[in-house]
Parts: sequence; structure tokens; C-alpha cells
Amino acid sequence: MSLELRGITKRFGSLVANDGIDLEVRPGEIHCLLGENGAGKSTLMNVLYGLYQPDEGEIRMDGKPLVLSGPRDAIAAGIGMVHQHFMLVDVFTVAENIMLGDERTGSPLAFAGWLDRRRARRDVAEVSARHGLDVDPDALVADLPVGVQQRVEIVKALIRDARVLILDEPTAVLTPQETEELFTVMRSLREAGRSIVFITHKLKEVKAIADRITVIRRGAVVGTAGPDASEAELAGLMVGRDVRLTVDKAPPALDEDAEPAFAVRGLTVLDESGQAAVDDVTFEIRPGEILGVAGVQGNGQTELAEAILGLRPAAAGGIWLDGRELTGRSPRQVLRAGVGYIPEDRSHDALVADSSVAENLVLDLFDRPPFGRRGTMDVRAVRDNAERRVAEFDIRTSSIDTSVGTLSGGNQQKVVVAREMSRPLRLLVAAQPTRGVDVGAMEFIHRRIVAERDQGRPVLIISTELDEIFGLADRIAVMYRGRITAIVPPDTSRADIGCLMAGIVPGSDDAPPSGDGTPPAPDATAPDTAAPDATVADTTVADSAVADSAAPDAAEAGDEPDPRQDAPVKDGDK
Amino acid sequence: MSEQATPAREAAAEPAAGGGEPPEADRFRRLVAQTVAGPPWVVTVLAIALALVVGGLLMIISDPEVTDTFGYFFARPADALSASWSEVSTAYAALFKGAIFNPDAAGSLTEALRPISETLTEATPLIFGGLAVGLAFRAGLFNIGGQGQLIMGAIATTWVGFTLDAPGFVALPAAVLAGLAGGALYGALVGWLKAGPGAHEVIVTIMLNYVAFLLLGYLIGSDVFRDPDNPQPISKPVADAARLPHLFGDSLRVNAGLLLAIAAVVFTWWLLNRSTLGFQLRAVGANPSAARTAGMSVGYGQIMAMTLSGGLMGLVGMSQVLGTANANNALTQQIDAGLGFTAITVALLGRASPVGTVAAALLFGALQAGGREMQAAAGVSIEIVTVIQALIVLFVAAPPLVRGIFRLRGEGGGHSGLLAKGWNG
Amino acid sequence: MSATLTPTTAPGSATAAATDRGHWYVGGAMTLVGLYALVAFGLGSRTDDGAKAVFNLNLLGDQAIKVPDLTVPAGPTAIALSLVCVAVGVLRLAVRLTGSRRTAATSAYLVAFVAAFLVWATSGHSLNFTSVLNATVLAATPLILGALCGVLCERSGVINVAIEGQFLVGAFAASFFASVSGSLWAGLVAGCLAGGLLGAMLAVFANRYLVQQVVLGVVINLFAAGLTGFLYERLMQANPEYNKTMAFSAIRIPVLSDLPVVGPVLFGQNAVFYLTVILIAVVQIGLFHTRWGLRTRAVGEHPTAADTVGIKVVAMRYRNVILGGLIAGLGGVWLTIGLNITFNKNMAAGQGFIALAALIFGRWSPLGAVSAALLFGFAGGISVSLQPLETPVPTAFLSMTPYLATIFAVAGLVGAVRAPAADGIPYTKS
Repeated sequence: MSLELRGITKRFGSLVANDGIDLEVRPGEIHCLLGENGAGKSTLMNVLYGLYQPDEGEIRMDGKPLVLSGPRDAIAAGIGMVHQHFMLVDVFTVAENIMLGDERTGSPLAFAGWLDRRRARRDVAEVSARHGLDVDPDALVADLPVGVQQRVEIVKALIRDARVLILDEPTAVLTPQETEELFTVMRSLREAGRSIVFITHKLKEVKAIADRITVIRRGAVVGTAGPDASEAELAGLMVGRDVRLTVDKAPPALDEDAEPAFAVRGLTVLDESGQAAVDDVTFEIRPGEILGVAGVQGNGQTELAEAILGLRPAAAGGIWLDGRELTGRSPRQVLRAGVGYIPEDRSHDALVADSSVAENLVLDLFDRPPFGRRGTMDVRAVRDNAERRVAEFDIRTSSIDTSVGTLSGGNQQKVVVAREMSRPLRLLVAAQPTRGVDVGAMEFIHRRIVAERDQGRPVLIISTELDEIFGLADRIAVMYRGRITAIVPPDTSRADIGCLMAGIVPGSDDAPPSGDGTPPAPDATAPDTAAPDATVADTTVADSAVADSAAPDAAEAGDEPDPRQDAPVKDGDK
Repeated sequence: MSEQATPAREAAAEPAAGGGEPPEADRFRRLVAQTVAGPPWVVTVLAIALALVVGGLLMIISDPEVTDTFGYFFARPADALSASWSEVSTAYAALFKGAIFNPDAAGSLTEALRPISETLTEATPLIFGGLAVGLAFRAGLFNIGGQGQLIMGAIATTWVGFTLDAPGFVALPAAVLAGLAGGALYGALVGWLKAGPGAHEVIVTIMLNYVAFLLLGYLIGSDVFRDPDNPQPISKPVADAARLPHLFGDSLRVNAGLLLAIAAVVFTWWLLNRSTLGFQLRAVGANPSAARTAGMSVGYGQIMAMTLSGGLMGLVGMSQVLGTANANNALTQQIDAGLGFTAITVALLGRASPVGTVAAALLFGALQAGGREMQAAAGVSIEIVTVIQALIVLFVAAPPLVRGIFRLRGEGGGHSGLLAKGWNG
Repeated sequence: MSATLTPTTAPGSATAAATDRGHWYVGGAMTLVGLYALVAFGLGSRTDDGAKAVFNLNLLGDQAIKVPDLTVPAGPTAIALSLVCVAVGVLRLAVRLTGSRRTAATSAYLVAFVAAFLVWATSGHSLNFTSVLNATVLAATPLILGALCGVLCERSGVINVAIEGQFLVGAFAASFFASVSGSLWAGLVAGCLAGGLLGAMLAVFANRYLVQQVVLGVVINLFAAGLTGFLYERLMQANPEYNKTMAFSAIRIPVLSDLPVVGPVLFGQNAVFYLTVILIAVVQIGLFHTRWGLRTRAVGEHPTAADTVGIKVVAMRYRNVILGGLIAGLGGVWLTIGLNITFNKNMAAGQGFIALAALIFGRWSPLGAVSAALLFGFAGGISVSLQPLETPVPTAFLSMTPYLATIFAVAGLVGAVRAPAADGIPYTKS
């Protein structure tokens, strides 16, 4: 079955999300749709799945035009979609979720649509077994890890006999291992003659799995390529100009003897269900140093940042800044102590969308002079401040009275950065500081962060983008399942960091440095295996590490007293 | 899927935001669209007209004499039309005379001013109530518990009013403050339940309404409150000294409560737009998560908002007891007169802003005052006023409906300024 | 699809924390209340001197099978029942119960507490217990219907606080059309349709014009109160023949209605009551065992997910809200021609809000809501029956129990209360 999109245009008001896009998906291929966040990939796929109707253009299947007035039509035409945010009802079982919309009904009250749960369960078991997707039909979806939930979504599409499967950013929530498992499933589906549209913005994954690649930027196709295209070429197509994956910065002017300015010791933070989201984490940051925290999303980074800010209580351990304990303080006290905080989700945690730029710029200091005195706001001071910040941080807005929600993502983020960096800081905590912002704003924000470091402040960067970590960090801490598995120097190979992110300590049963501030890096001297094609290295390293080492738990490894400094990764096997 | 679309929108909006002004043609188009659609008040005016039309239709179909004429409509259509017209026009003329100006009874200055005085008297509690609901709205809370809070305020005011034996300059302020405190405490309870255990304020306030109502029923039958000289279940009247004085002579009912209401408007405007607490309340209301991250205490904001809102509602109860609208100046089981709910419609119509609230309260006060005249002079039940008020708010809340009926074009948006949120939110 | 892409609006963390420590609070509170019951009911002066409590168990004089009165020594019985309460409280303190065990413990506690109270109140007097049960069922019927309406609306994601208004228009239409046509069944149909029309109004403004649904419900209540009040004064006050006293007669089901105690209460009622019982079963079974129910719940929990598998979310919501309106309309029917009462202004008197409370207290499940409605109905029924017993408890405070119980429930003191995730959030595409 071949699928063709011709000249698809989709507008939202005056905005053109898709502009005359052509795309062809051949039978039995994995077609990669590559583009930055906001390039219009998801919109296009929602058109293909019948959720949006295109304003122009047509969809053809096996040469015949296909009109999709809703997902029902798409499903009937053999198109299945796994959304980035899973379309699963938490409080339903796996079987209920899978049969929803395509219910198995039967006795005793077939006329009333009586649910035949036994048949549903059997069908689910059958399809999941056929494709090697292990799911328990009776499990409650809310209880399943994300990787399994994704499998449920795939089974949901396959049970409706999807010939074309759309996977929207499926790897965003997966560890490297889970990603590899997903790739295995994708390959076997390809063998079975099904087509897959794989949406991503990660170049390495494209290289690893794609048969063909279509790159879109700002709603339009900017190029197609085969799997042999280089990463640099793809990146160039994707962002429209040469990207510098490095950030201009001088080596840190560190005083090796300086006392650490910021310290976290034995910190444990519980999530809503009472599980340890941050588990006995210890690290220190010296003045004028950037510590980058790498890790797959959802491994406790968010909770770590929120605990530092006092937004979450610490169940154990403590946090110190310049010798003052911050543990147990309210967010207000922490901010007043000189902590700047760029939260990972700006629209949810940092900005009041309906309020003006000026008001958002004083969200933290509104009741302090000069903005607030004895309960009264000084409107003039608020406006003066806004005029200054807008100029200084190059915030592009029509006026300071514009509501922040109407600004572009990059400019919204600059408002946050401007506010948080305008206080006298003793520590900067930045989580995903450049998520969803354009390249120009990204460079600007990176420069400001480095400038903060160069003024001798400790900086904590949390990012799921390894490039950002590599570009900014002076040391890298890797988080996995709430623990810091290692703290390594920035010239550590991508492959080794990838292993650490999956909870595997390179060098088999060698201990990683426990995060007690001792100079880290067991494998600083590891040969740079990652160089040209990191994906392959990623995979093989991960695989061999799984196979060869006994996959030592980070906890056990952390207890090993004597880290060998020079074990190269590949020699981990005996 | 707007969330998925948003990043794309951001990307495409980038050049516009970066490049300054939008193209000339675009601006012109938008200007035209705005003129045709009209500013928000156009929708409001049309909504009022529409509600009056529906009210008229109700009068026609519910009058057997008029509906009889429709029985022979095809024989003598003029009968039916003139009967309908006279029914509706008589009623609305009476409404106007009762609310604004009565040319038939304008012999003296007092009589000429009487309708306005009635309107202002009816508007006074609605101003307090509208401000109360609007303030809570701005803090992201829906105070549906006005009935309970105003009852608690009324109870406190009454108790002080008949126990405190003092001259007016002590007794009146004391009684006013008691009403404020009674409502504020009852409101604070809601804020506390919201901030602490996270109980949804809508559910809690609905339930507390009935608790207060039942408590009121118990109290006016109890030895402490019950007026032994009255066969009806009614409390002892408040002392003369504690009553709100008339503003323009004893024959016009408009009283000092109006001045307090104006003061409350000024205070609320200042609070929301010029005070640090108001800044905090608005931030907490618009995005609690961002407010918390910026170091504000969401719980404190919610408790303060509900306390202030409850206090303003308590003043509604105060004006009900101490004002001139109440012949007995005492507590009865019906003391709330549905004002807790009417206040919600006032706040919605006034879009939760203090100035808008005053306009909405004057409108509804006029409808109320005129409605009494309508009932007396034209024999049309005053209940129709409630229908009209509800319809106005429904139409205002759905601008596309009004625009559709009047075939106006316009941009889809425009809502009551309330975030859609569920019980869990 | 604004906001619907964040599928699970988790209950506030504060709530989660409260439930985490919940069993301490609950256990503590239960123990204290149990001790209070012991002192007040068991050891108080009312039950002194070997006073007896007499419970009459025959509702009607012509009951085929009569049972003798139940006479118990008031003091010892109240003490024993109070001790049961204390025991359950201590159990909750000591052990963290979950699921059906917790429900069982809570039920046992409630039964024991209420029984202790009744024994104490009846001490030295006699009380017709069957008539209390009958009053409970009569008071609970509209609450059940209102709560079932709420289940249909809110399970599909539309908040309905307009049940009160639906009761009013249902009651008005039932009385009016039954009086005019002379047919009770015409009245019943008209009442249901009136409720359904108001439901349609709610559905249109909520789904098409995206009006905030709580606000909408409040305004619709005002509209309904004004409309029925206006029409009442206009039509009924002058013409009593538009508002006759009419009622469905009781249908005594053979054999079953002769059973002692429960017979006349459950099997000697009128057609509206039996219709209610059928509706309970239909909604409960339909919601959890049919395609309609699965889709309804999916639409209320995660509408985007339902949309992506081809379910028409907004159509589902329209259908359920209108169906709910029909059921709430039947609740209104009960208030007039079900109970042999003429229509009067604002005669629903807050019962629509108690139905809402029952829905929430029953955690949005049909059977839970029915249990809560029966509990609330009992509070209403008992407060009437207690008046002749001259207890020192003002009936106003008994009448407050449903409301206070609901506040405790949403404050998380009775375990976590979680609404359907998408309840109250309109569904819009692009």
C-alpha cells in the first residue's frame, strides 16, 4: 500500500502550519519525517490521520484519492497513529483501551452493545503475541511504565490492521534501551510489509532506522534524503543554516581550592505516589562552574530542580548555598536567597500568559521596593523596569503591555531569563533553558548563562538535549531513576554518557565516582569511540554493556570503594 | 490539538514578531472586522435587547386572553397583534417608569426622583455582591457561596445591631463591621478548605449555603434571636441607631449603603490594580503554578481572596438588614432574597471588573425596581425579571450566538473571562 | 483541542497528601465520634433507669404479615452500638484498609452510629421504624434521579449543577400537563421532556459556546426558577385547574409487598418509583458493561483519545446530557405528581443540589450515588420522624448532615474523591 500526500496546506487563522507539503510513503519502508519542534510535523500527521482537514491538497492511497473526514476514515483506510502524548485512558485496562471505538460486543445483551471482554482479551493477546509486543490485557494503564504504554498504543493500531503506522516523536520518553527495543519492533513491522512514518527531531535516530528521510522546516518540505546523508547535512536542512553545536565559552576560571558554593547532599524527594523520584543525590558546584545534569526525561531531574527551589519537600538530605541551608525553605525564601530559576515548562510554571510583559517581569519582586511599597504597587517603576529589560534582553514585543502569551516561544523564554537574571544571583538553576525556542534565542540564552558563570556563580543546567549539555557544562552529572549514576568531565564520549543515562556504568563493574564531589571521570581517557556515527556506537556499547556486564545497579556500584581510572569502555568484557 | 499546533504557530509568527508591525493590509482587515463585530459592549447591548424580546414573548404566550386572540389569528390578525403589542408595551412601559422616570407621577421633585432612588436602592447590594464574586473570579475561584456568606454576615450584623446599645456613630460602624466579619470568616473557611485539603470551592460553597440557611432557620427560632412580640419566625429588630440613614429624606429609600458600596468599588479597584495583594491574587488566579514558582503562596492568595469575597458578601447581608429595603430591619428566613446568585450574574455581566460590575448592578437594580412597578401596574409577575437577567448573562456568555442572531460577523473569541476548569482543577 | 492533551489532571498534590495521611485523620475522627456517641447516647441521662426504646415495624394496619414491635433496653443497646463505633475507629487507626474492606468498615460504622442515635432518641418512646424507612425512600427518590442525571453528564465530561433547575421545570411541566390533559402519564412525559430541554440548553451552551459549565449551571438554575415562578404566577395561581392535586397510585406487588418491614417500603410504591429502580440498574449496567458506557467514560476521562479512535466526542456529550436531563425531569415529576403535591414556586428547595452532593459523595458512580442519596434521604426522613420524640437535637442540625458530609468528602477526609479527568472541560478541535 502506498500513500501519497500532495500539496497539503493547513492554516490556523493567519498562520500557515503546513505549506504545500508533498510526501510519499512506500510499502514496507520506514519513512522519517525530520524537523525541529514546531516545524509542522505533528500538524501534517494529524491531517493524515483525519484529525485536521487540509485547506488545500489531497491524500492518495494506491493512486486513488482518499478523503479523511475523521480518524474513523483514516482507521478504515489502514492508517494508525501513535501520538506523542499517548491516547490512553488511564483508568481503563489495556484491553478496554485497545477495543475502545472498535468494541467487541456479544451476549447476553448484544442488542444493547454488551461488551464481550473475553473476546477483547483474546484478540489483544493474539495480536500482541504475533508482533512480539508483550502486553497484559488486564493491567490498568495508569500502572504501566511509558515504554509499555507505547506498546499498547502500537497494538491498538495493529489490531485495527494498520498498514501505515505513524509514530509521533516516540523516543522522547524512552531510554536508549527502550528506544532500541522500539526500533526492533519497527524493523519487524517493516519486514511484515507495513509502512512506518517516524517523526523525530533527533538526527541520530534517523540515521539508525530510516529508509528515506523528508525534512520539513516552517511548514514546508525543504529536502529529502537517503539514510546515507550526513548528520551535518540533515541538521543544515532542518534548521536552515549551519548549526554550531558548540557554545562559545572560555574554559572555566576555576579556583581548584575554592569551597563549593552550592551543595546537595543525600537529597531524596518523593513523588505524588510516595516513590523516591530523587534518590540520595549528592553533588557540589564550585563558583564559576556549570554542572550539567543529563538524563532521559522523567528520571527525577524535574523533581531535583523543584526540590532545590523549595517547590517540593525533601524527604531526606539537604541543600546548601554559600554555607546557608536551603532545605525546607519556601520558594520565596529560596528565591530571596539569590537563586535564579528557569523552569522547564515556561507557560506552566514561569509565565502568566494573560498578563503583560511588564507584569511578568516583576512576578518575583512585585512586593519589594521599588515595585511594591507598603502594599501598593509603583506602576511607573514596573514600567521603567520593563523598558530596561526589553532593551537589555532583546525581547521582541510590540509593547511592554502586550500579554506575554502572544509572544513567540523564544521571546517568552527571554522574558523568563530576563526576570530570573535581573536579581543579584548566587546560583542559577536552568531546566531545559532553550526548549522550543528558535536558534537565535537559543544562542542568546546560552551566552547569558555562560556570562553568569564567568561572573563566578555556580550554575546548574538540566537538559535532556545532550548537545546542550555538552555545549555548556563544565562537568556532567547523569541522572537515571532518581540517582546520579556518575559525574564526568565534558569530554566524556557520547556513548559513555548514553550508557550512564540508561543506568549502565561503563567499564562493567567499575564503580562510578559516587557523587561526593571528588574529582570524577573513570573513563576520561576512554578512546573517542563516538566520533562519526554515534548511533552505532551508542547501540553497540549499550548492547555489549547489557550483555557483558552484570548490569550493576548504580547503587551497588556506588558502594565500590576504588574506582579504576583507566578502564576503556570496550574492554569492559573480560 | 491546539497544543500541537502552537509550536508551529510560534515558528511562523516569528518573523512577524521579529519584524515589528504586521503588514498594512492585515491591520486594515482587522480594523474592519472589529468595527463590524463591534466592541464587547455591542454584544452586551444586543444581549439585553434579545432578552427583553424573549421576555415579551413569554408574556404573550402565558396570557390566556392574548393567546385566545391567536385562535382566530387568520380571521382577524390585527386583534392578535394589537393584543400582543399592548400586553408587552404596557409591561415594559411600567418597567421603565418604575426604574428610571415616571412622567405621570412627576409632580414633585421627590416623585420624579423616586424611580432612580428605587433603582439605586436595589443596586446597592448587587454592587457589593458583584464585587465579591468578581474578586474571587480574578483569583481563579468561583464563589457560588454568596448566599451562605451573606446570611452569616446578616446574622452577625443583626446580633450586634440588637444587642449593642450605643449611639449611632458607634452602633452603625460596629454593625457594618460585624457583617463584614461574619461573611469574611465564612468565606475564609472556604479558602482554607481549598488551600489546605484542596476541596473544590464550588462544591464547598454550595454545601455551606445550605448549612447557613438551616442555621439561620434555627437561630430565628431560638431564644437569642427570636422576636417574642412577633408571631412570625423573625429576629428582634436592630436598634434604630444602627440602621443605615436615608440619603435624601425619609420618603426616598436610597440610603447610606450606596455610599459604602461606592467606597467598596474604589477599594476593590485599588486592590486589584494597584496593590501588591491584588497583583498576587491575579497571578494566582491566572496561573497558580507560575505564581508558586515565583515565590508566591497560592494558598495564602486563595484564602485572602475568599476572605475578601466573603467579607463583601457579608456587606450584602449587612445592607439587607440595616438598609431601607427591609421594613423590619430584622432577620427573616428569606433575608438572602436570592442575592448570592444574582450577584454571580452581575459579576459575569460586568466581566469581573469593578467598573463593569457597577454598570451591571445598576442595570439589574433597574430591572428589579421596574419589575415591581410592572407587577403592580401591569400585572406581570416580577419573576420575569429573573428570566430576563438569566438570559442576558447567557447571551453575553455566548457572543457567537448573539452575533449569529443579528447576523454580525466577528472573531470567534470573546468569553466570560473564565477559565474552563473541571472539579479536579 | 485545548487543554485536552494533558490527559490526566491529577488531583492536587495536597489532596494526595491528605489521603496519604488519611487513615490517621479518619481513624482518629471516627474514634472520637464513637467515644462521643458512647458518652452522649449510651451513658446520657436519656437512657437512664432501664428506659426502653420501642420500634414499631409495621407500616400499615392491613399488613398481611405482622411483626411484633422491637423493644430494646435503651442504655445497654446504645452502649454496645457505640462500642462498635469505637472499635471500627480504632481499627482504621491501626490498619490502613483499602477497597471493599474500607467500605465495609465505614458502612458498619455508619449503621452502628445511626442505630445508637436512634435507640437513644427513641428511649422512653416508640418510633415506627418502617415509616422512617418509607420516608427515606420517598425523600431519596428524587435525589437518586438527580444524581443519575449527574452521573450521565459528568461521566461524559459535562458538569451539571443545573439539576435543581431541571427538577423545577420537570415538576412544573408534570403538574401542568397532567392537570390540563387529565393524564398522569402525559404529565410524566412532559416533565421528562422539560428536563431534557433544559439539558439540551446546557449541552448547547457548554459544548457549542464553551461557556464555563458551573457558571452555566447556576445561570440555568436562575432561568428555570424565574421561568417556573413566572408561569406559576401567571397561569396556576389564577387557575387552580392547571395545578391539580394528582398522583400515581401505589402499585402493591403481590407477595413481595407483604414482606415485613421492607415489603411496603420497596414493593408498595408507585410507578415512578419502580421506574427509578429500573433506571438505577440500566445506568449502572450500561455504564460498565456496554459499548455506550465504555465510550461515555472514555469521553469523560480523555476525550482526545476517544476522538482518535473515531468516537464523536461532542455528539456523545450532547446525547448523555440530554438523556440526563430526561432523568432529572423525572425527578421533578416525582416532586409533584409522584408525591401528590401541587406545584409551588421553588419547590425543589435545594434538592437538586443535594443530588449533586450525592453524586460527588458517591464518587461519580451510579451505585455510590444511590447509596449517598439513600443516606441523605434518611437524614431527611429521620428529621421529620424525630420531632414527636422531643429530642434535644434541633432538626436543623440533622438536616445539615448531607451538606457537612459532602464537605468532609471533598476535603479528602473520607478518602480521595476524584472526578472524571475531563469533567467540565469543553472539547474543541484546532
